[in-house]
Amino acid sequence: MFTVSRRRFLVFSGVAGAAALAGGATQVPWSSLFDAASTTPLQPGQGVLVVVTLYGGNDGLNTVIPASDPAYQKARPDLAYQPHEVLDLGENLGLNPGMTGLKSLWDNKELAIVRGVGYPVPDHSHFRSMAIWQTASPTTSVPTGWLGRWLDATGDDPLRAVSVEPVMPPLLAGARATAASLPVNGLKMPTGKLNQAFAALGQSQTGEPELAARVATSMTDLQNAARVLGGAVHEDGNTKPNKGQQGPLAQQLAVVAELVEAGVPTRAYSVSMGGFDTHADERGTQQDLLKELDGALTPFVNRMKGTQRGQQVVVLVYSEFGRRVAANGSDGTDHGTAGPVFVMGAPVNGGFYGQQPSLTDLDNGDLKESTDFRSVYGTMLDGVLGTDAGQVLDNFPTRVDNLLKT
Amino acid sequence: MRRLLDRFGFGPGPGDVDAAVTRGFAATAAGLLNPPADVGVAATPEPDLGPEPQRPAKGDKTAKQQFAQAVQHQEVTLTSWWLDRMVAADAPLAERMTWFWHGHFATSDQKVRSPRLMQRQNATQRSLATGQFTALAKAMMVDPAMLIWLDGQQNKTGAANENLARESMELFMLGVDRYTETDVREAARALTGWVVDRDTITAQVVPRRHDNGSKTVLGTTGNLDEGSFVDVVLAQPKSPEYVVGRIWSRLVCGVAPPPQDVLERLVAAYGANRDIHATLLAITQEPTFTDSAQTLVKQPVEWVVGLMRALRVRPSQLPARSGAALLTGLRAMGQVPFLPPNVGGWPSDTAWLTTSAGLARLRVAQLLAEHADLSTVSGTASANRLAATQSLLSVDQWSSRTMAALRQVLDTPPQLVALAACAPEYVVSL
Repeated sequence: MFTVSRRRFLVFSGVAGAAALAGGATQVPWSSLFDAASTTPLQPGQGVLVVVTLYGGNDGLNTVIPASDPAYQKARPDLAYQPHEVLDLGENLGLNPGMTGLKSLWDNKELAIVRGVGYPVPDHSHFRSMAIWQTASPTTSVPTGWLGRWLDATGDDPLRAVSVEPVMPPLLAGARATAASLPVNGLKMPTGKLNQAFAALGQSQTGEPELAARVATSMTDLQNAARVLGGAVHEDGNTKPNKGQQGPLAQQLAVVAELVEAGVPTRAYSVSMGGFDTHADERGTQQDLLKELDGALTPFVNRMKGTQRGQQVVVLVYSEFGRRVAANGSDGTDHGTAGPVFVMGAPVNGGFYGQQPSLTDLDNGDLKESTDFRSVYGTMLDGVLGTDAGQVLDNFPTRVDNLLKT
Repeated sequence: MRRLLDRFGFGPGPGDVDAAVTRGFAATAAGLLNPPADVGVAATPEPDLGPEPQRPAKGDKTAKQQFAQAVQHQEVTLTSWWLDRMVAADAPLAERMTWFWHGHFATSDQKVRSPRLMQRQNATQRSLATGQFTALAKAMMVDPAMLIWLDGQQNKTGAANENLARESMELFMLGVDRYTETDVREAARALTGWVVDRDTITAQVVPRRHDNGSKTVLGTTGNLDEGSFVDVVLAQPKSPEYVVGRIWSRLVCGVAPPPQDVLERLVAAYGANRDIHATLLAITQEPTFTDSAQTLVKQPVEWVVGLMRALRVRPSQLPARSGAALLTGLRAMGQVPFLPPNVGGWPSDTAWLTTSAGLARLRVAQLLAEHADLSTVSGTASANRLAATQSLLSVDQWSSRTMAALRQVLDTPPQLVALAACAPEYVVSL
């Protein structure tokens, strides 16, 4: 058991990051694919998935709020929103008042909210629960992320998944392929002889230790990523902002918007935002965070509506868990379980999916999940990425019906 | 030998490997573990960050901005100082282990918002870095920065906040899956009552906020407080291998745990005194430590400090603009001291090998090469420059791939050295 728990620890604590999970990665043979990719841009009908990870465990009950439920008010005397404060969504639920942009998307039927999303036997560790979400493996520890396995299953090309974050998230690590990463200010490569020599450092070397080989691979990936992606981002770092946006997530999404509009053949993007671990003084902090999230997502979704390629984009927003139903006495909440998942974009049928978890039928103070997160992933794999989800999700059978337009 | 200098320090300076070979492996290890008075450390005293910045009143935008600027300024001063100390230390093990504990008890100033408190935590970790883990763990339970970081201040009787209790067991002392949710709730009660005074950089227990009732944690029942909580957790049979495994993962190998027999010997060395010094000594005595399989990707801070030690570049002597560029470069590589991404600390190994970090690495290497005395390379004929660069960076051996690449820039020593620092043989501690 030591190996397993240690590996879990490495994986889930962030002590070993993404690609460390994917042992035995080989040289990624994608220079040839790259040439094809640059001459064959994103095709009409090819869906693009943008995964937004909220780190820290966003409090779902104060995001999609059952404000008129007496049990909610009773559980959180100082933390609860009143019915008149929330943005009414119907079915006795309302959005956090910081999320006015998403409310307008909801009113236009462009925002779907899947309620009570979780997994069996929930874990209250950030690292463990986030790893479960990112690997889509709730019971056993696996070394690959769900989008990494999708990469593995569909041809290794790391360019087809791109992370716009400083450190690669585990969800993008496959056994053979790992996604490319791009800083928000683009890849401004050196020129001339220096870059030729820099590129030459990425050549593989027979008999080299594995980690050294991985360094070399990443340098070759860098050259290719710069050729395909670098040009799409303004080299002075002034990526055209989405209207009215601020904060790192907005910057990341602005890069994604440019890449999509430029026709880069990437099918999956990963972006993220942290800070949701609100154990204390939660109300103001979380509302500010949700406002920042709303201010990043809404202009992005609206911008994507404006182009043919943008209309192929679906955004998925999740966090590793919700929080306890009852407040904790420091005007915050401790780690909990199921929470809402947002899905938005032109291909999405707006509205509620899944059952709202009961506030009175609890599991040791926590919400009971009503929708397995893998059914959301399966829907994304089948409907957006056009890949049979079977091998990626270990044949998990259910989907969220009607979530996507057909 | 080079591995010993890499893993128990930040890598050799020019000539260090040869000198160590002359002394022998065991003597070098002993010297690292029991260093004489350190001139480099004495020359880099802790900076006085000045008074705690005035915290802004609610809604006062100007004051809020001034506060943010003051914190930012202190953060840069503190971070630059630590990097300078890591480069300057003659006996680097103390800094290397302080750096390790910073990642282990990962606390970020992004939430603490007080570089003075971060400095205090850093000093505490340094003073206990190679001592008994029990003392370090107990100190961290009541460390002012830690209490703010994991909401210890909000944890009071009748209104427990589980954050510190949970992460202490999961990440600091025992490991995930080795306790129950009930243990977390009970442990939180043991940790109730602590409040921080930012001005005096102290934490005190306020008796009326502390829960004096009986608690049961991991099967032990009593009126537990933070000290007895630590004792209970560290007495768990799985705790020693957890702590030892964490050290192993950062100093020896991050991909595979130590083999069972090695682990047992290291746990024995750690022993009833939970002796970090003895554990480190035992690691140097394990044949597995020098096994070629035990590779590690240098974390960005380790890579940059090692490079500065090799190039004899001191952060404190860089022009202000270059000093700022150095911190920007670290941020682009994904690692800035005092700002870990979360309580789990920084990732390891291939997580650092993103495409974008590769470019940031080259930029930082170029910056440092510009400020270095490269006369041992530039003063020699082109034909000898590969060997001179190898010696400057203490690389065991260039691969034929790397030699072919470096030959393209032999006539430009700063480019040659910068590229050499980006070679797989240098980015990874082999």
